[in-house]
Amino acid sequence: MSDGAAAAPAHVARRRSATRRRLRRLDAKVSPYLYIAPFFILFAIFGIFPLLYTAWVSLTDRNLLAPTSNFIGLQNYSELLQDSYFWNAVVNTLGIWVLSTIPQLVLALVIAHVLNRSLRVRTFFRMSILLPQVTSLVAVALIFTQLFGYRYGLVNYLLNQVGIENVNWEAGRISSWVALSTMITWRWVGYNALLYLAAMQSIPDELYEASAVDGARSWRQFIHVTVPMIRPTIIFTVIISTIGGLQLFTEPFLFQPVKSGSTGGSGRQYQTVAMYLYEKAFGGTQFDFGYAAAIAWCLFLLIAVISFVNYLLVRRIRSADS
Amino acid sequence: MTAIPYRARAATRSRRRRNYRRGGVWTYVFLLLLTAFSIFPLYWSFVVASHDNSALGAYPPVLTPGGNFRDNVDRLFNAGIVNVDFAKALINSAIVASVVTLSVVFFSALAGFAFAKLDFRGRKMLFVVVIATIIVPVQLGVIPLYIQMNHFGWINHLQAVIAPFLVSAFGVFLMRQYISGAVPNELIDAARVDGCHTLRVFWHVVLPAVRPIAAVLGLLTFMNTWNDFFWPLIVLTPHNPTVQVAVSTLAGAAYVPDYALILTGTFVSILPLLAVFLVLGKQIVGGIMKGAVKG
Repeated sequence: MSDGAAAAPAHVARRRSATRRRLRRLDAKVSPYLYIAPFFILFAIFGIFPLLYTAWVSLTDRNLLAPTSNFIGLQNYSELLQDSYFWNAVVNTLGIWVLSTIPQLVLALVIAHVLNRSLRVRTFFRMSILLPQVTSLVAVALIFTQLFGYRYGLVNYLLNQVGIENVNWEAGRISSWVALSTMITWRWVGYNALLYLAAMQSIPDELYEASAVDGARSWRQFIHVTVPMIRPTIIFTVIISTIGGLQLFTEPFLFQPVKSGSTGGSGRQYQTVAMYLYEKAFGGTQFDFGYAAAIAWCLFLLIAVISFVNYLLVRRIRSADS
Repeated sequence: MTAIPYRARAATRSRRRRNYRRGGVWTYVFLLLLTAFSIFPLYWSFVVASHDNSALGAYPPVLTPGGNFRDNVDRLFNAGIVNVDFAKALINSAIVASVVTLSVVFFSALAGFAFAKLDFRGRKMLFVVVIATIIVPVQLGVIPLYIQMNHFGWINHLQAVIAPFLVSAFGVFLMRQYISGAVPNELIDAARVDGCHTLRVFWHVVLPAVRPIAAVLGLLTFMNTWNDFFWPLIVLTPHNPTVQVAVSTLAGAAYVPDYALILTGTFVSILPLLAVFLVLGKQIVGGIMKGAVKG
């Protein structure tokens, strides 16, 4: 290129290089926006716009089957606040979330602590605890539904061996929550353990050495050095499992040997908020989009509030230097 | 105090510390139990899938694979017996997951490059917006999204489960972090001096450099897309399903659940990802841990 420019008469070369400079400046100015544009445009169309539009739909009596819809103000919300099925779903969602998240994250911490030693076949153990994460939610739900079966399920068989009668896992409120929490824990505990392990490995050795000089044993080191040092990761996992856990849908949706829609059991004993949203909008013959949109916004609010509270709680873990 | 006992004490201390770090017998017992706990449900799905349905009521339960897996697979793919076209479901899922993966990796690398290496007004602010969108639960927008898809005439078409997932905030974030560290500024400047415009820099310098993280992002995206259920369930029907919709349809098919068939479908649906995981699991573990430290 430069050879060609040198061969051309001086004024042509100058003009050409001026154009090139201008093009290059244009390139430097405009192209960054072009490169990030696909993300923002697609996210606006399929992410943010629907979420905001949900707010508008929730103020109408929109129905898929009706040609027109009317603005009805906050009527959907005032109905929702008196809807006992909705509050039942909120309680179920929170219950299952607490039962699955707390044991899961504690267990993940313990696993990470154990994996953070010098081990043989390290990669094998890391891979095998991540294996459940590869399994789809649908597969997890169906496999565990079979395992938790009333008459022929393996879990009840094992309970029989220690003298406990068959538990009808699906029929009871607490028992169904326990079964669902088991599924969730099984799928996520290894993933969270790997995140914690990664954080633990970036803790400088000197901190452990210093606490060993002070005479701290392994367990005390874990509480006073490890946990405070990986606090940012703990906050991250708590927030992620809050956002995911409160939108729980697939496991309870498929946790029935014979599906009877999205009611979450005959007594709605494990219907979550996301399932209730689905039931109102797509599950039956109602297609009540306005009401379902109101449910979506309430769920959004719930997620935001609980994430924030969690953040405040976890932030209070003592930092390493205190 | 003389120097010798001090040195001796230091030796004990470092030995004690090494003892703490090395796994003992109980560590391995614990980890082996954990491994069994992780693998067992998958093994169990194969046990059920390889038996005749009547064998599953046996007491005590059978714990080893039987010889009926081929029969069950035949039943699964025979469209006359099952109410869903399982082969079509597998093909659909492969198409959807491939398109989404390619798109996410490409657009994430492009945007990540801009955020990591190019100078423009509003860069910091826009990147904060990207990170904020990671925690926005966009799944809650399903109702307008359904109205939108209905408007486009995409209900029951694969576009409906592809279009909303073509970009990923997490992908942009991951790429930006990686490119900042892995692509030296000098390399980009050198390419510039040679007369490359930014798109050529991206193509010839950045894309080759991001291959390792692109593989990790691609695998994670492929898995998530393959496994997605809520949205496909809403916009697709059993006539044109993804594999997850097909499997869930099997589960709701009969009044007496045919577990041998249901778990055959389940097992077949996780088989492709299982194969990928066995080959590339090490890289996936590494990618998740690397992402965690930087995140």
